[in-house]
Amino acid sequence: MRYLPHSPADRATMLAAIGAPSVDTLFSAVPASVLGTFSPDLPDHQPEFAVEAHMRALASKNHAAGDGPFFIGAGAYRHHVPASVDHLIQRSEWLTAYTPYQPEISQGTLQMLFEFQTQVANLLGMDVANASMYDGSTATAEAVLMARRITKKDKVILSGGLHPQYRDTVITYLSGEEGLECLSPSPEGQGDILDHLDDNTAAIVIQTPDFYGHLRDVSKLADAAHEKGALLIIVVTEIVSLGLIEAPGAMGADIVVAEGQSIGNPLTYGGPYVGLLACREKFVRQMPGRLCGETVDAEGKRGFVLTLSTREQHIRREKATSNICTNSGLCALAFSIHLSLLGEQGLTRLAKINHAQACKLADALAAVPGVQLLNKSFFNEMTVRLPVAAAPLVEKLAAKGILAGLPVSRLEPGKDEVENLLVLAATELMTDAHIEALTSAIKGELA
Amino acid sequence: MSMNTQGRPTAPAHTGSVSASGSALLPSEPLLFEIGDHDHSGVDLPDVEINEDRLAGLRRKTPLDLPGLTEPEAMRHYVRLSRQNYSIDSGMYPLGSCTMKHNPRLNEKMARLPGFADIHPLQPVSTVQGALGLIEQLGHWLMELTNTAAVAMSPKAGAHGELCGMMAIKAAHEAKGQGHRKVVLVPESAHGTNPATAAFLGYSVKSIDANENGTVDVAAVKAALSDDVAAIMLTNPNTCGLFESQIIEIAQAVHDAGAYFYCDGANFNAIMGVVRPGDLGIDAMHINLHKTFSTPHGGGGPGSGPVVLSEALAPFAPVPFVRRNGETLEMIEHVEGGSFGRLTAFHGQMGMYVRALTYMLSHGKDGLAQAARDAVLNANYIKARLQDLFTAPFNGQPVMHEVLFDDAFLKGTGISTLDFAKAMIDEGFHPMTMYFPLVVHGAMLIEPTESESLHTLDFFIETMRELATDAKAGNAERFTAAPVRAPLRRLDETRAARQPRLKWQGDAQARQAAQ
Repeated sequence: MRYLPHSPADRATMLAAIGAPSVDTLFSAVPASVLGTFSPDLPDHQPEFAVEAHMRALASKNHAAGDGPFFIGAGAYRHHVPASVDHLIQRSEWLTAYTPYQPEISQGTLQMLFEFQTQVANLLGMDVANASMYDGSTATAEAVLMARRITKKDKVILSGGLHPQYRDTVITYLSGEEGLECLSPSPEGQGDILDHLDDNTAAIVIQTPDFYGHLRDVSKLADAAHEKGALLIIVVTEIVSLGLIEAPGAMGADIVVAEGQSIGNPLTYGGPYVGLLACREKFVRQMPGRLCGETVDAEGKRGFVLTLSTREQHIRREKATSNICTNSGLCALAFSIHLSLLGEQGLTRLAKINHAQACKLADALAAVPGVQLLNKSFFNEMTVRLPVAAAPLVEKLAAKGILAGLPVSRLEPGKDEVENLLVLAATELMTDAHIEALTSAIKGELA
Repeated sequence: MSMNTQGRPTAPAHTGSVSASGSALLPSEPLLFEIGDHDHSGVDLPDVEINEDRLAGLRRKTPLDLPGLTEPEAMRHYVRLSRQNYSIDSGMYPLGSCTMKHNPRLNEKMARLPGFADIHPLQPVSTVQGALGLIEQLGHWLMELTNTAAVAMSPKAGAHGELCGMMAIKAAHEAKGQGHRKVVLVPESAHGTNPATAAFLGYSVKSIDANENGTVDVAAVKAALSDDVAAIMLTNPNTCGLFESQIIEIAQAVHDAGAYFYCDGANFNAIMGVVRPGDLGIDAMHINLHKTFSTPHGGGGPGSGPVVLSEALAPFAPVPFVRRNGETLEMIEHVEGGSFGRLTAFHGQMGMYVRALTYMLSHGKDGLAQAARDAVLNANYIKARLQDLFTAPFNGQPVMHEVLFDDAFLKGTGISTLDFAKAMIDEGFHPMTMYFPLVVHGAMLIEPTESESLHTLDFFIETMRELATDAKAGNAERFTAAPVRAPLRRLDETRAARQPRLKWQGDAQARQAAQ
């Protein structure tokens, strides 16, 4: 077998050294009633080409986003990733290294994480960022728990523009706890969070651009929250937006969480992605997850280590700030490389292109009779109200090879008020021909 | 201004000390922020005009402060950095409890097929039937190998899987009117994530002692069980590398007391295809696809931690899950009642599922069992050949996939486990896991995995023997000064924690350093 180096003679040599008559005897602590007494319904080993054929057959049953017009966003965005990013992350030294617990032989990963933390902090306009989280949704849940620890208060208000699956994740993380208030979906940017703020509020969680695409100026909300001793948590699911839109830190955020997938990482049906988490300096000891810090070695040379680990489960066990013991290292590397290639100039241009593309898409959709654009503001994503239910229309368009966007009803089932709503995104990969195909197909279906 | 070998400044003159450029094959590398600048970019994008009417007055004013690199600069930066990392591909990585096995490259190739890499999690399910088919097949493998009734695929890592399993247990108790159960039993040797997970869900943690052989006695469990106990969290094989020989009786006792059995599956590699955890009586177990099923560790993630569930817990599994309806596969994203909820946006780590299934198909059921048997053989071989010079705290039974030594053999030498580990670095090996588990003094936990050849094992053993002999001969400085052949000497971790510098602060930081 191609991944197992021992020959039968090797195994015999080793058994002789051990003094064991057979490998079976090494399993003597296993009750005999359960040892090898079964025959799983699974195939035996196969050559590489046979495995590849099997996997290709599965892959071919999927409609890849690049196969035709594509407009889905809603927390995962299809952007171009430079070829060099994927080449670099497949280097053995990045791909097959473990968590950098031995810093003297892990400086590559550690320096990269230090650079990553700096990039993320600067992008979000925050003091410090950690070495990444599983994804944006779990980072949001962890941020909520962090805010409750810091303020020692219970109530958390989730705005109606928060991604519904992020909301559902927070609900699950807080199940059995008091104080979670989820505001109704706000596809038109309606609803006043201030009405819900009180002295028992630990945090307000607000997404911008929000799930429906609206840009939210949260500066006033930040002031109001701070007056009540509450923290403002800003959620960003489209990180490219920060090339054009004001940094959450400048709008008064205390904790910022984001999904970093858009930079460096393919869609991959939802994972693995890379969660970003940043906060004000004074909260750093309440952060979940790994942190990398600068120090010196015994000869005074600059180096990097994992630090402040007294927050973490392997030291603190049941008193840890979180049970997390993984970050999203390789996805963070892809993010960091892609962002280094973009730089300030590239990211700004990319963001402007995305917005310009979205403006084109919005104008084209608004010109379709019966279609109403709900956004006055947006970055690269928007919501339209159709004269018909969105989900069946999306299915019909999919049958024509057009992936038209996300029917809100998929994430908010049973809510009549969202049944006709469709959320669409535009990126640099969208073309005028894609817009034309989409709008004429919608016209055809509505006619 | 110092220059590196590319004629590129290693630091602007005003930033003070930056490490030297190293030697040709062991380079050091400046920070991105010391080589990139705001005018460079490695992408060619037009600067389009935009109308700001739809930006709600929120155009960014805060400087981005992100340096850019052209492609050749980026290649060199990240290649040079990578060379300061140890990796499985460059040498044996015997980290106990981490299962650093070979990562087949077919896995990587398959994960990059557009049919897997370029599909959106919220596409209509009619357009991703292959993805759902893959999830169904992987789930089938996991359930067959564990003899369990259901699998929750979405957990993003092992600790996330623990959260999943324990949430299912909590929901099951609540459904039975047993919500008053507030205690979780955890042995001293457990991974730190176990008590952290239990505490996360509001449980109090009650510790169970191991016996003198390093395993848990059913009597100790029975003594700890009561009407308050919700679950036991037990790792099997345990973190001392031993199979819990009374596990069937323990499961029975736990069930008799109305509690559930959470098994930490971090060490499943020792028994995959050989023993089915469901036959032992477990109710929930996470499986680290990044350990057992060869998906790469990537310098600390991403992981993937599906959780298999017994029939008793299956109704409480999280959304989403895949359900077959004749020829069609459905993605169930909402259910009324039962399910404890949603652990993450979307559906979990598809990229890792592709790699894990590719690995399983490559090995087949016969190969997986052979891999487990080779992993166990390798650990016992290391133990047999080191035990005269090292000290093994538990000798009651053969070890499984990893062997545990303590630091008794170093007594009187002035050399600690940490020193010994650092000396291994100078000999070209990544150290074993140190100071874990906590149940023995100065723990050294060695897990070779099935991927190491006899030649490599012998080289490792000879190196370890030579080090132990030298330690006992009184040559302490070789250990206390180590490493001397790594890119850096020992790092000052205390300083890092006392004066945290968690991002590059340019001039301000350099000035502070100079003072």
